[in-house]
Amino acid sequence: MLKRTALFDLHRAAGAKMVDFGGWEMPLHYGSQIEEHLAVRASSGMFDVSHMRAIDVGGGDALEALRTLLANDAGRLVPGKALYSCMLRPDGGVLDDLIVYRLADDQAAYRLIVNAGTAEHDLAWMQHVRDERGFNAELRMRTDLALIAVQGPNARARLIRAVPRVGPIVEALGTFFAAALDDWFIARTGYTGEDGYEIALPSEQAAEFWRALAGADVAPCGLGARDTLRLEAGMNLYGAEMDETVTPLESGLAWTVDWDTPRAFIGRAALESQRANPRLRQLLGLKLLDRGVLRAHQVVATAHGPGEITSGTFGPTVGCSIALARLPAGVALHDEVSVTLRSGAAKALVCRPAFVRRGRVLG
Amino acid sequence: MRNPADLRYTETHEWVKAQPDGSVLVGITDFAQDALGDLVFIELPPVGKAFTAGQVIAVVESVKAASDIYAPISGSVTAVNDAVRDAPEKVNRDAYEAWLFRLQPQNSTDVSGLLDASAYQAKVDSEK
Repeated sequence: MLKRTALFDLHRAAGAKMVDFGGWEMPLHYGSQIEEHLAVRASSGMFDVSHMRAIDVGGGDALEALRTLLANDAGRLVPGKALYSCMLRPDGGVLDDLIVYRLADDQAAYRLIVNAGTAEHDLAWMQHVRDERGFNAELRMRTDLALIAVQGPNARARLIRAVPRVGPIVEALGTFFAAALDDWFIARTGYTGEDGYEIALPSEQAAEFWRALAGADVAPCGLGARDTLRLEAGMNLYGAEMDETVTPLESGLAWTVDWDTPRAFIGRAALESQRANPRLRQLLGLKLLDRGVLRAHQVVATAHGPGEITSGTFGPTVGCSIALARLPAGVALHDEVSVTLRSGAAKALVCRPAFVRRGRVLG
Repeated sequence: MRNPADLRYTETHEWVKAQPDGSVLVGITDFAQDALGDLVFIELPPVGKAFTAGQVIAVVESVKAASDIYAPISGSVTAVNDAVRDAPEKVNRDAYEAWLFRLQPQNSTDVSGLLDASAYQAKVDSEK
């Protein structure tokens, strides 16, 4: 029996095509994933991401625990700020990627938003580290919360139109900041490359909120559009770009590792020795020059040896197929490479791993 | 999902419509377009080329997957639908309106050997 979010009935009533996503029955699309993708870039769209999980971290050693567990430094966070980070194994392999927020109202408290498929494993690992190190830290998985993302250039105006009482907070909220309003938690973050918000709220209020957003002309969008939007924006997907067998350095996430502080975060030693390797693989973007669609696991032939596509799709905004690929050292931007598609070899151009930002096609 | 009664069907989800001049139009069914999702590319056969029944004659590619289209009967391609190649979403919008190519059958009786609408529906039901 697949798990269902609080919005399952609303998705079905809206004509969603439901699929099994990591044990959850989620909407793939509500008619056309391409139309949903374009609606987000042009105007606004909403996503039920309640399969993802909030883990609240409190207690006197909350910050020390997070500075140990996370490769990015939660110590940099001012109240209300958010930070993107990986959580690593001692060998440097990625357990998950997540966003950590420092809660503004309680200076010793933090919230992590983690992936659906890894949430239980993340919590078990955090508990293990906490117990092993004797940290005074409480860890609480918030299964009582629903998560809804509202994204697009009109997200802000429509969110306020749908729920006027969030107006003052939303109007003041800067990018990558979050604030609480009663039992709602509103963050100006997202997974689309557009402006937007991710709201955590009690599950029993989710349906009313979703209906209010629909009434404000926010289009329901499924996982299909979510994937094409994030790939165009150059955002990694756990399980595709990284997993426990690769480090952030091989996954285009070196920028999320904070080396500056003398902080012995778990996995640091492994990353430091890997950093010195001149043959370290790199994550780059690909644009298909021919007709066709790049897909995960397709082999990429380069002048420096073979690589592999980690995620591929057709980008509705860029108008061609795009991909992220793990390629050998030495491959450079603007190199032409060959990808083995179903139909045979096709030419692709190596580019930065980001194709669209704020609705505009890059470079 | 619709399966118009005046069409014939294959087990591989193509539909075939007999034309007054003896040729047939061929497309993919509503079930097929729904399973594939948004189409982004369609590769159509060259006009004039002959195919045997069951041979790969076209390819449709969606965001999700690529799928071969098979010649429903033996024949030669006499026309392709350029409008659909330029706007593959037409197939998703109305699979029975959006023909892909026209065939001149090798044998005029071959079409009657294909599935009728209720036999095709039974096939679809068995796949669920």
